[in-house]
Amino acid sequence: MTTESEDAARPVSLGFPTTLTGSGKDFPESLREQAKEILARYPADRSRSALLPLLHLVQSHEGYVSPDGIGFCAEILGLNRAQVAAVATFYTMYKREPTGDFLVSVCTNTMCDTLGGQKIFDEVSDYLGVGHDETTADGKITLEHAECLAACDYGPVFTVNYEFFDKATVDSALATVRALQNGERPMPTRGARLCTLKEISRQLAGFPEDRPEALADGVAGDATLAGVRLAQANGVSAPEYDPTTPIVTPKEG
Amino acid sequence: MAVTPSSAVLAKLTPVLTRRWLVPDAWRRETYEQLDGYRALRKALAVHPDDLIALIKESGLRGRGGAGFPTGMKWGFIPQNDNKPHYLVVNADEGEPGTCKDLPLMTHDPHALIEGVIIASYAIRAERAYIYLRGEAVNAARRLRHAVQEAYAAGYLGKNILGKQFSLDVVVHSGAGAYICGEETALLDSLEGYRGQPRLRPPFPATHGLYASPTVVNNVGTIASVPHIVLGGAAWWRSMGTEKSSGPMIYSLSGRINNPGQYECGLGITLRELIELAGGMQPGHQLRFWTPGGSSTPLLTAEHIDTPMDFEGVAAAGSILGTTATQIFSDQDCPVYATYRWLEFYHHESCGKCTPCREGNYWMVRTYRRILSGQGTYEDLDTLLDTCDNILGRAFCGLGDGATSSVTSSLKYFKQDYLDYIEGRTPPRLSAKQLVGAH
Repeated sequence: MTTESEDAARPVSLGFPTTLTGSGKDFPESLREQAKEILARYPADRSRSALLPLLHLVQSHEGYVSPDGIGFCAEILGLNRAQVAAVATFYTMYKREPTGDFLVSVCTNTMCDTLGGQKIFDEVSDYLGVGHDETTADGKITLEHAECLAACDYGPVFTVNYEFFDKATVDSALATVRALQNGERPMPTRGARLCTLKEISRQLAGFPEDRPEALADGVAGDATLAGVRLAQANGVSAPEYDPTTPIVTPKEG
Repeated sequence: MAVTPSSAVLAKLTPVLTRRWLVPDAWRRETYEQLDGYRALRKALAVHPDDLIALIKESGLRGRGGAGFPTGMKWGFIPQNDNKPHYLVVNADEGEPGTCKDLPLMTHDPHALIEGVIIASYAIRAERAYIYLRGEAVNAARRLRHAVQEAYAAGYLGKNILGKQFSLDVVVHSGAGAYICGEETALLDSLEGYRGQPRLRPPFPATHGLYASPTVVNNVGTIASVPHIVLGGAAWWRSMGTEKSSGPMIYSLSGRINNPGQYECGLGITLRELIELAGGMQPGHQLRFWTPGGSSTPLLTAEHIDTPMDFEGVAAAGSILGTTATQIFSDQDCPVYATYRWLEFYHHESCGKCTPCREGNYWMVRTYRRILSGQGTYEDLDTLLDTCDNILGRAFCGLGDGATSSVTSSLKYFKQDYLDYIEGRTPPRLSAKQLVGAH
């Protein structure tokens, strides 16, 4: 028999089980306060529903889901670490290694690939000297190839911290990456001005955008409006309706 | 040269859900209210909830998330007076390859979804609703969360909405990057804080959904349609679309056309007409194959260009309307390679619960790599079909079924393309280094 503390002290070298040794005891009180706010959104007897936002929350603190982050979530929810780790490792957006301030995701699903997405990924990868799910040596940029980002009408696309850079080319992608390396924050084609991956993770945990100007960023793109603009330009509209039409149809006869 | 659409085809545009997207500030409550916003809510709260269920049944509205299930019937399945909490869960986990209609809706017209959520919750007697939003959709998330705050501040959410004996709380819950969570039972597991893996049905979510309570899971487009139907009435809704597939639908067009984008038309429009609306095929490109509703729906070909794109028409052509994610490929695109890339996706996104889907996709990816690197055999084609036979219908959810769609349909229509790789007429598309694990 070993005690839990002895278990925790023993290094584990079998790959992922290191996640089972972390503890959230050193996490700041402010993070605990935010965790309480997250818990309050869900029914008291269904607190486990808060697990996904809590994992986003620890990622907003450390930039990835560390063994300590898993320990923190387990402690907050009264789960064991294995239960939390099993969930954390299922979802692509929870990173298991420290990430850069900027996550560059290049779509290489069929449509974007057809339109040049794979070439963009390959060139950016060569330029940065990192592959999929890897971070540059200076710790600034993490690169990944992404599956469909729901923007095929703007393909090929890539995102930086999940904000869209549409109709990308190798040149536009390299220019964006160089700007990030130089400490600039290039403006996405759609979506809000960039913040760091940690900051966006806080929003993913369910906290509102606290930059009013970012909320107003991101006008609808040309492809989004293609149909409705075409209708407007040609004076076409859906059939008119009378907004006072009764909900209950009067019985006939 | 972009084609100019004829007036007959232009007349098929029916902007309803996309109409407010033209107004840059429609995401703000004040602007939304000036554009008929929350008018349907006042109208709906003045009638009995059962009347709303009857209205939606009468409208013929069918789910916009892919399956096309009648929405009013789904709402009617919720047992009433059962002393259990009821839940409305909006499936906003848009991720079907090709689909890009829900994210713009939530970004540019978020209150439309929220108004629909309130009306639907009132109809099914739910006091708590969740919007399960795809994690990557951060811009939609910030607009939606802001809109929820505004709705609370205006008394549209919270206790005693508009002075009625009806209260509702809405939570916008961001996922974390798993396509499978778009499957409704996997979504519920994910929302409960577990790995997103599908549940065996029955029991169905209508009786045992979120927290084992009666739950309606509806797509964004479905719920956002509700306020329009409440305002315009069932007959108005049915004046668009076809008899069995009523209403307008947002067709997401992408690929080898001049003007890709979102085109909202009555259900039943044809691909020929949609391509015309989108300015025609790009110069030098001839239509060769396309997906009517995302990568999980069997490929169709140039021969199917006049198929009515409603639930019945596409089914009769041997495919599925799905999410009307219309990805258009030309004679310069290779159906074998396209299918391979989709399989990479399904292999990555298979949750691993069911062996046929987990293992079948793994091995099919390797078979494709072998074919595309010029080392395929005739037997590989039989192996692919055999693998599909062993996946289709043999997993808990539709992800595995969807993975087989492009394999079987591309083998049906484009077998010669496979043979050209095997017999060396087409140069290898993948290099030997990408062959690791194929044998």
